[in-house]
Amino acid sequence: MQFDVFPFNHVSGDGSRVSLRQKQYSDSFTNFLILFCVFTKLHVLKRNYFGMPVVLGMEGSANKLGVGIVRDGVVLSNPRRTYITPPGQGFLPRDTSRHHREHILTVLKEALQEANLQPSDIDCVAFTKGPGMGAPLAAVAVVARTIAQLWNRPIVAVNHCVGHIEMGRLITGAGNPTVLYVSGGNTQVISYLERRYRIFGETIDIAVGNCLDRFARVLKISNDPSPGYNIEQMAKRGKKLVELPYTVKGMDVSFSGILSHIEDATHTMLAAGECTAEDLCFSLQETVFAMLVEVTERAMAHCSSQEVMIVGGVACNLRLQEMMGMMCQERGATLYATDESFCIDNGAMIAQAGWQMFCSGHRTQLEDSWITQRYRTDDVEVTWRD
Amino acid sequence: MALSSSSSNVTSDGSNHTQRFLGGLVLLRQGAEARLYRGTFLGRSAVIKERFPRKYRHSVLDARLSSRRTVQEVRTALRCRRAGIAAPAIYFVDLVSNVIFMEDLADAETLREHLGSSPLGSRNVEALAGIVGHTLARLHDQDIIHGDLTTSNMLLRRTPASSQGNGETCEGANTDDGTTTAVEDTKDSNGAKLVLIDFGLSFSSGLAEDKAVDLYVLERALLSTHPGAKDLFETMLRMYGRSSCHGTAVLTKLKEVRQRGRKRSMVG
Repeated sequence: MQFDVFPFNHVSGDGSRVSLRQKQYSDSFTNFLILFCVFTKLHVLKRNYFGMPVVLGMEGSANKLGVGIVRDGVVLSNPRRTYITPPGQGFLPRDTSRHHREHILTVLKEALQEANLQPSDIDCVAFTKGPGMGAPLAAVAVVARTIAQLWNRPIVAVNHCVGHIEMGRLITGAGNPTVLYVSGGNTQVISYLERRYRIFGETIDIAVGNCLDRFARVLKISNDPSPGYNIEQMAKRGKKLVELPYTVKGMDVSFSGILSHIEDATHTMLAAGECTAEDLCFSLQETVFAMLVEVTERAMAHCSSQEVMIVGGVACNLRLQEMMGMMCQERGATLYATDESFCIDNGAMIAQAGWQMFCSGHRTQLEDSWITQRYRTDDVEVTWRD
Repeated sequence: MALSSSSSNVTSDGSNHTQRFLGGLVLLRQGAEARLYRGTFLGRSAVIKERFPRKYRHSVLDARLSSRRTVQEVRTALRCRRAGIAAPAIYFVDLVSNVIFMEDLADAETLREHLGSSPLGSRNVEALAGIVGHTLARLHDQDIIHGDLTTSNMLLRRTPASSQGNGETCEGANTDDGTTTAVEDTKDSNGAKLVLIDFGLSFSSGLAEDKAVDLYVLERALLSTHPGAKDLFETMLRMYGRSSCHGTAVLTKLKEVRQRGRKRSMVG
């Protein structure tokens, strides 16, 4: 086997620059060259030859801190840390950002080690611009800007919601689905149209995950691994359906009414022994998930879509997946869902969206790399899809 | 005990009978929450809307929602017609199986289809936008909140100006004092008439807040499906403001409602 090796620069083990001259190589030397690459971890050689950028993504908009590395649709690493508060307490911006600052360098190193890469192997640094909590977003952004300048690489600022969508599309292979994005901070029904992820329906007050989390606080349910997960387990043991307000306005939903209602019910009905905490968890899930499935179905009918994808932390909930699956079956549509490593906020989703943006030419200048608590999904120009 | 079991037999027999009847009809389409069939009722062509049981939601919740929405849809359709706002005439309601028999608007297309096929800047479409604004103003002045305003829930019906339409000249179009409400101002230059449908989420309210949210739902539905339609919506709002008794208050509230999506705090 013979092939030409094109001239290029690479960094050898001791840090000096070496260039290889154009030459014909025979079999045995080819084998030696390949072994040389493997032993000195010179992935740069292969990467430049094949042209696949490696993007590192950093996420910390809420209480999950994640760093992930993606190359051409393959997740090379995706470590994460979660800031968990005691039962009955939510997480505040100041404490959350302190948690992120404490752990981010460790998680960054983990990401590189798991992917078996050096900083020089990274082609682009992506980070979450927003939406989310201000102080935690800023804590992560500072590190992203610093390493980008240290390693002399471009930065790409990513919308958190778009990160979820792009990771969902990558993992599930969905074509053009109606997306239900549900998490602690967001509840939106999204569909791609003419270069934007358009929001067809959303919550007019709080997010569904926020409603679940705040109810968990009232019941003093543990926040480990997450309040929503523990509500889901309790709901499995619930039997009685308590009547709760069901608020759908067109393709929009509202959760603050149901939250205040169930908070009251917790104090009155539980005290009177009319139902158990498990019954309340069960009733809350059945009601809010039915609302979400309904607005998703409306959007599907309006767009004539036959695909649904659920993303975001609340998408891990198996009951929600089951209900959405049944609705899809009745319509002859397909449901796409991912597992908890990608549903819950993670760094690789930012890396994946960043990879798409980077490959289609997006670059964020340093002076534009500020974070923002409010960043609409439809404000992003989606140049990587047609 | 025997009485209750026999009455439950009646209800389940009744709904079985309806299911068998529906099975023999032509299914037009399956929308978000109901199936539409075409059939006849006492010799008239009718559209039959069935809110079938949804298995994905809890049966108690499902029964409650389907029943409430069927009742609301029928009530609001009748209220609209009494006020002279074009809505389908209701022939029959079966509250056991949540089925509505209503007027068949066979020659109508949805506003969505119409906007999809015409250039958005044309004068005809501008005139349509004005008619939508005017119709919504009259709806809200009756304190009726539609609850699900989208371009799929507005039909354009091409009727010859002097025809006896299937429902327009019957008693449904009369107001309380017995005179027929003039509906000439709701026709555009081609003689197409705007008919509102799908009142399942409707309710009664005089609050400017609820009317503003109703318009906001329409704005978002319009802009997400027809991205170039911003000017059209402005025309609708202008006409709404001019035709409505409380137009200014509602439009001011609308500005506030629009900001909510953008100003919502993610912390809580």
